[in-house]
Amino acid sequence: MAVRAGTSSTVEVDFAPLRQQIGAGVLAEGRLGRLPLIHVKREALLETLRFLKEAPGFRLHQLVDLTVVDRLHLKDNAASSDRFELVYFLHNLQTELRVVVKTSVPESDPKVASAFSLWRSADWGEREAYDQYGVVFEGHPNLRRILNHYQFVGHPLRKDYNILRGQWLSDADPLVEELEQRRRLHPRPFEPDEPGETMILNIGPSHPATHGTLRNLVELDGEKILYCIPEIGYLHRGFEKSAETHEYQQVIPYTDRLNYCSAISNNVGYAKAVEALCGIEVPERCQSIRVILAELSRIMDHLVCNGANLVDLGALTNFWYLFNLREKIYTVIESVTGARLTNSYTRIGGLWADVTDDFVEATRALLREIPADVDRTMKLVARNRIFLDRTVGVGKISIDDAISYGYTGPCLRATGMEYDLRKAQPYYGYERFDFEIPTGHQGDTYDRIMVRFEEINQSVRIVEQALKSMPAGPFRADHPLVVMPDKSNTYGSIEGLVNHFKVVMHGISPPAGEVYDWTESPNGELGFHVVSDGTMRPYKCKVRPPCYYVYSSFPQLAEEGLIADAIAALGSLNVVAGELDR
Amino acid sequence: MAEKKSGATPANPANPAKPVERVATLAPGGDGWPATSGAHAPASQRARAYLTKPGTETEAALGDAVILTKLDDVVAWGRLNSLWPIPFGTACCAIEFMGTVSSVFDLSRFGAELVRFSPRQADLMIVAGTINYKMAPILKRIYDQMCEPKWVIAMGVCASSGGFYDNYCTLQGIDKIVPVDIYAAGCPPRPEAVLQALMELQKKVAGLKAME
Repeated sequence: MAVRAGTSSTVEVDFAPLRQQIGAGVLAEGRLGRLPLIHVKREALLETLRFLKEAPGFRLHQLVDLTVVDRLHLKDNAASSDRFELVYFLHNLQTELRVVVKTSVPESDPKVASAFSLWRSADWGEREAYDQYGVVFEGHPNLRRILNHYQFVGHPLRKDYNILRGQWLSDADPLVEELEQRRRLHPRPFEPDEPGETMILNIGPSHPATHGTLRNLVELDGEKILYCIPEIGYLHRGFEKSAETHEYQQVIPYTDRLNYCSAISNNVGYAKAVEALCGIEVPERCQSIRVILAELSRIMDHLVCNGANLVDLGALTNFWYLFNLREKIYTVIESVTGARLTNSYTRIGGLWADVTDDFVEATRALLREIPADVDRTMKLVARNRIFLDRTVGVGKISIDDAISYGYTGPCLRATGMEYDLRKAQPYYGYERFDFEIPTGHQGDTYDRIMVRFEEINQSVRIVEQALKSMPAGPFRADHPLVVMPDKSNTYGSIEGLVNHFKVVMHGISPPAGEVYDWTESPNGELGFHVVSDGTMRPYKCKVRPPCYYVYSSFPQLAEEGLIADAIAALGSLNVVAGELDR
Repeated sequence: MAEKKSGATPANPANPAKPVERVATLAPGGDGWPATSGAHAPASQRARAYLTKPGTETEAALGDAVILTKLDDVVAWGRLNSLWPIPFGTACCAIEFMGTVSSVFDLSRFGAELVRFSPRQADLMIVAGTINYKMAPILKRIYDQMCEPKWVIAMGVCASSGGFYDNYCTLQGIDKIVPVDIYAAGCPPRPEAVLQALMELQKKVAGLKAME
């Protein structure tokens, strides 16, 4: 099988071995954006997935994301007329091969075999698809709602669900059944001195160490956690449904509030995906500015994550140090974007505005301060006995498990896997920058914290180089159907006026089709799966949130450990609720 | 705010050569809210400045050792300068709340830095972030667990009205389930806006009777 991986070129994949295996199970071959796509019958789905995971030449060992497209209002000639189309994004992190698998299920019988046995990321991925679309995954041991509450009726992302139909919840889910089930699924050798000696404790969601929105029900033997049941969805605020009712540009403020610790990274990820859908290449100056601001956002994100994590460990001083540094970065970013936290700085096809005149100088000054300020914190923690005792060897995860859970970003690198999308599939000229990928040794809390600290230094290097090479020129693409004209043009020429009118009144209407595009966000692979039906609003806009899959592994990290260790591990995963629950 | 001095300087009976400094007129409630920031004055003077009514010359005759005031004022003074917040932080606003607490903006200048995560120990709930239907019963329960008197600041538009999340999962304002004293605008509000919300709340607390 020939794989020709390229940064922006398409990848050719020969599915002949798969066709041999499943024969008539293949409905169609094609592409999703630039990714190879194979559409199979649902009876052949599990075999296809297993083949793609295990066959030499493929070995797609990560299920990056899985989602559903409700084709109720979609009028194109698809391979199947069934209403629900399941989309699986598979990835081989070594050969950089990505394959998309699709299958269709009818509304009358929305059932399909579960991929739970193949990838652990299928656990939460399938639960979300069930919750939002009502597709039933047969063989999934724990198929219950994940984002919406347990008294919710219906499936909100179905096209015939009214977006305004809210449903009250009387009281939080007791989670007793889930605990019973976990006991059955993972029997732990525990012999209580007396019967009934374990204690059940509810941690969160309103709890300082669970960052306000994460809930865990734990069963304890003394201080040791026997079973841990995470419950999420306490900040589910309907990003995907809201995106479907807004124009492409109007979705940008919603992306700010995904990972709100680093809003610009999300802006960039979304704009990049929609630009891929429209076939727009943004100018080099725009790319360079996006890189600089996204790297500054990465630094800010890591500062909050590590600062808060250290507070969870009882080290408050570091938080003040790190947050002061964050304020310094805010000052620069605010002067460019006008906002401290929720920047909404990108536009489809460019940026809201060019950077200010003093931006380069101010950023250079900032870059001199960042390493010094980080150093000050490192002096407090790097050889701190308490810090080391509380983090080294705590919350460990192996490379294989991490990949299976869908880990990307710093948490994956902490396990020792040298993988970074900025190196593996460079975009925006990352291949030109000289920087390193920090990795850990054993995937524990210590490694995750230290990888983030080191990434701050590497981001400083990238920004330095990007500032040096920032080209002059336009900051948005020359694309009259997408990009607003300059004011002088709007008022000075009839073409400019018409252009302005078109963009304001009719918005952007990308050609019908779909795309999956990704960036390396501070938390890992931030993917956007955007489906266009040719109108001015996205037909579907699914986020692949990196911390969603990372957090799904939390029971494995927490169980058999102490409560205090679980708290330390939780902080190091950088679970940002806006991104987790969307 | 500039420090203002008011009224004639009364004579100091203990030392006629050195007149008593009346720092300010700081009647609680109404428009008499601190005309001085008081931030740089010694604590005793700040207390005196807040508690002494304009025109209580009797007090001046008693010297520095005694403050004459009303019980309501003393209690309100204590309450408004030691609001203990429980941050019900769920989303982006919680990050700005962290910014408000940390060194640059420093919430402790207003006596409200002692962030408690137990509702039993707090009298001010700052709801910072979106509340959805799944979270609503928990918010209600936390509020109910707080002791009286208690106040609520809805920080940001999500807590105030649902913000731009007008959809199937987002509660359209926390005032549907708990009473709100102050709404802070912004998405998220800047730290200055949070400080302003707190100062507005202090005004409100200042007007309360001790036994209400």
